[in-house]
Amino acid sequence: MSTPPTTSGTRDFPKPEFTDAEAGALEFPSSNSRSYNYFTPARMRASMYEDVTVDVQPDPDRHLLQGWIYAFADGQAGYPKEWTELRSSDWHTFLDPNGEWEQTIYRNNAGAVRQVQNNLTNAKAGGAYAKWGKGWTEFVAHHVGAWMHAEHGLGMHVFIAIQRSAATNMINNAMSVNGAHKLRFAQDLALYNLDLSETIEDFDGAVHREVWQSEDVWQSVRENVERLTAIQDWAEALFATNVIFESLVGELFRSELVMQIAARNGDYTTPTIMGVGENDYSRDLSYTRALLTMLVTDETHGAHNIETLERWTERWLPVSLAAARSLQPLWSQPAERVIRFEDSLDRAKDRLRGILADLRLTEPKELVS
Amino acid sequence: MSRQSLTKAHKKITELSWEPTFATPAERYATDYKFDKSPKKDPLKQVLRSYFPMEEEKDNRVYGAMDGAIRGNMFRQVQQRWMEWQKLFLSIIPFPEISAARAMPMSIGAVPNPQIHNGLAVQMIDEVRHSTIQMNLKRLYMNHYIDPAGFDISEKAFSNCYAGTIGRQFGEGFITGDAITAANVYLTVVAETAFTNTLFVAMPSEAAANGDYLLPTVFHSVQSDESRHISNGYSILLMALADEDNRQLLERDLRYAWWNNHCVVDAAIGTFIEYGTKDRRKDRESYAEMWRRWIYDDYYRSYLIPLEKYGLVIPHDLVEEAWNRIWNKGYVHKVAQFFSTGWPVNYWRIDGMTDDDFEWFESKYPGWYNQYGKWWEAYNRLRHPNGHKPIAFEDVGYQYPQRCWTCMVPCLVREDIVCDEVDGQWRTYCSETCHWTDAVAFRPEYQGRPTPSMGRLTGKREWETMYHNWDLADIITDLGYVRDDGKTLIPQPHLDLDDPKKLWTLDDVRGLPFPSPNVTLNEMSDAEREQYIADYKVHPNRTP
Repeated sequence: MSTPPTTSGTRDFPKPEFTDAEAGALEFPSSNSRSYNYFTPARMRASMYEDVTVDVQPDPDRHLLQGWIYAFADGQAGYPKEWTELRSSDWHTFLDPNGEWEQTIYRNNAGAVRQVQNNLTNAKAGGAYAKWGKGWTEFVAHHVGAWMHAEHGLGMHVFIAIQRSAATNMINNAMSVNGAHKLRFAQDLALYNLDLSETIEDFDGAVHREVWQSEDVWQSVRENVERLTAIQDWAEALFATNVIFESLVGELFRSELVMQIAARNGDYTTPTIMGVGENDYSRDLSYTRALLTMLVTDETHGAHNIETLERWTERWLPVSLAAARSLQPLWSQPAERVIRFEDSLDRAKDRLRGILADLRLTEPKELVS
Repeated sequence: MSRQSLTKAHKKITELSWEPTFATPAERYATDYKFDKSPKKDPLKQVLRSYFPMEEEKDNRVYGAMDGAIRGNMFRQVQQRWMEWQKLFLSIIPFPEISAARAMPMSIGAVPNPQIHNGLAVQMIDEVRHSTIQMNLKRLYMNHYIDPAGFDISEKAFSNCYAGTIGRQFGEGFITGDAITAANVYLTVVAETAFTNTLFVAMPSEAAANGDYLLPTVFHSVQSDESRHISNGYSILLMALADEDNRQLLERDLRYAWWNNHCVVDAAIGTFIEYGTKDRRKDRESYAEMWRRWIYDDYYRSYLIPLEKYGLVIPHDLVEEAWNRIWNKGYVHKVAQFFSTGWPVNYWRIDGMTDDDFEWFESKYPGWYNQYGKWWEAYNRLRHPNGHKPIAFEDVGYQYPQRCWTCMVPCLVREDIVCDEVDGQWRTYCSETCHWTDAVAFRPEYQGRPTPSMGRLTGKREWETMYHNWDLADIITDLGYVRDDGKTLIPQPHLDLDDPKKLWTLDDVRGLPFPSPNVTLNEMSDAEREQYIADYKVHPNRTP
């Protein structure tokens, strides 16, 4: 933007001035105090993630002198710790193992977007879809298509909804990024579906809505997703989604079914897109495990938290198992069947059993093979 | 992505939502607004496939500029007067940003329009970006600016300083109370649409004039996301207007949100721009001139007034009164004077005003010197420790003010103070509107209609109450505003770092009790209080 001439007709602009206000110009008390000193970093030196995240959401238990200055009508204010049944001696101990902040969010997601777009461009250029049989084309339109709704619903109404709720900025930011992953992946699938509609002559790009909304095989999954969005307790929503649902239904569908059978059906494109979603989930599971591990090993509240998580497992395991089992007919739909549903489900159960064991939770009877 | 394919892509992603039949999303945040009759308004189209690479590119530019600033020794040219105020500004602003992210599910839950949900979700990601990019800018300042003290305690100081608490409304107000009042009217319709103009456009240009081109780099990058947020807010506002029952609430909330934003943002940004700059060219716009352009013309005349065609009553009187306070009642000057009076309990240093400043102020605000000039001369006279007390404890004709219970900026336009017993406590307010906000608006009933979702003002709202009659040295120690030698104060009423004798220490401020004006007010008899308030209103607060 150019500087407009003044009334006298001359250009008027600020004059640079040498101020010597750079670090080290003088020695005086605190002249070398060049780190945020109001929190204790996890290691000797604070990470960028810690510097830009810790204590940005204040807490009356730490430095907040005058308390919260606005309340809801019922008197609750700020980020009440009572918004979950789980308890912590110090919620601020949790740090996101993914260290998500602005640069990581955009680098990772822009990278994911590029990966998907490159794959689609290559697939189109290579005529990859021409090798698809009718049955597989229909499978992708119906069922890969239906899955986009699950991702979207969880992103919008579980993760974005609960990132207002937790006691610290570190937890809320991790859940925000989880929400962004889900929405992006849902859109990746939707736009893939759009691409296929424009490329494959008889590809039904609209049927996924009807399949998700009314086809029998998906109704238990949809019920599971909708019930997850209805959970009030943010930590219960997080646990029931990222630990139970994702293990038994999400990974079962994405990894154990689509990624295993696509290649045998002449499709090398869909697994690359699903793989991006799986990579998101592995990051999201990582912070979820770190948070829950902190809570179950809490010296004061660990036992209470284990008892609560076991109760939540009892509540949500049957729901997600039913959803998983309802998907069983999908294993026999493609022309090339390379795996048995029970084998896939066993692997999903194994993974869940491993996570629950790491969290010191009693193995639920439903997971016994 | 081409525009045509973006339109197609956007149409496709609208297929993602569905009508649930087994269970509906948890209702966490209540609102008294109704959207049953609302037509679906579609905000700006945004698809994540294009959003993430676009933002990554914006980031790359920001970080490139940061590298350039360091390599080009920018800090040899920055004005300390300016940078010191950044210790306050950049301690406050990341919280409102992250609060805006947290506010998004409140709007999503309240407004049954999946297309708006998509825009709000993208806004959530933007706001996480803004909060962390601003924290990183501050970190860079801390690493490269001559005096890191104050930056190093940033978020702690934000949490325990009176000034941080004032700023915290611009954040807590987004996330608490009625979901639409907070997350739409206060945050988006007023704060983002009106006041980010001064925050993110006017302020960066002043930063550049003071040798700091990183603040413009970061904040213009932030501002480039704001147009999408404004679009989200406007869509929800139009949807709300479809139901006649919402009108009364909208009118209430516009009055509250407008006035609170004026009180808080104009106090802070007005001070930074007018008192944090060394650029005293007569052609430089004053804050009042910027306000007239960005807020009065750009927001009030181009955005608010057109809403009248929907039958909405616009708070014309409050817009004019905000201007009146800035132009005729010296609001910004009085706030800057108060910040400077209270320098010992700040976490930044405040430079005194010089003859060049006096001349500029007088030319921009005729009559300025007569009201404030001699006080600033006293401030300069008392800037170095020399056996005297800090200016607030010396007799310079300045009476320490009462604090406004609502906006928490003190009652500086003295003739406008309102004193009332509310909820069993005598409270003071800076204006009739702040009194109305506490006594009338933030209540479970408004003009005879139940408003069960409306929030409450809460907390220990008068900062001085926390330290009533404590010794000043003990207060500063408790706040943690002491440098690493254990005695020199972080705040100083000057910029002279060259001689340790010029720096105030705890010993220089010991033995000074700091009473709370509100506690004192509540200890008065009715007659004493009436007399006190009458005297307060006419006190000239002018240094002889």
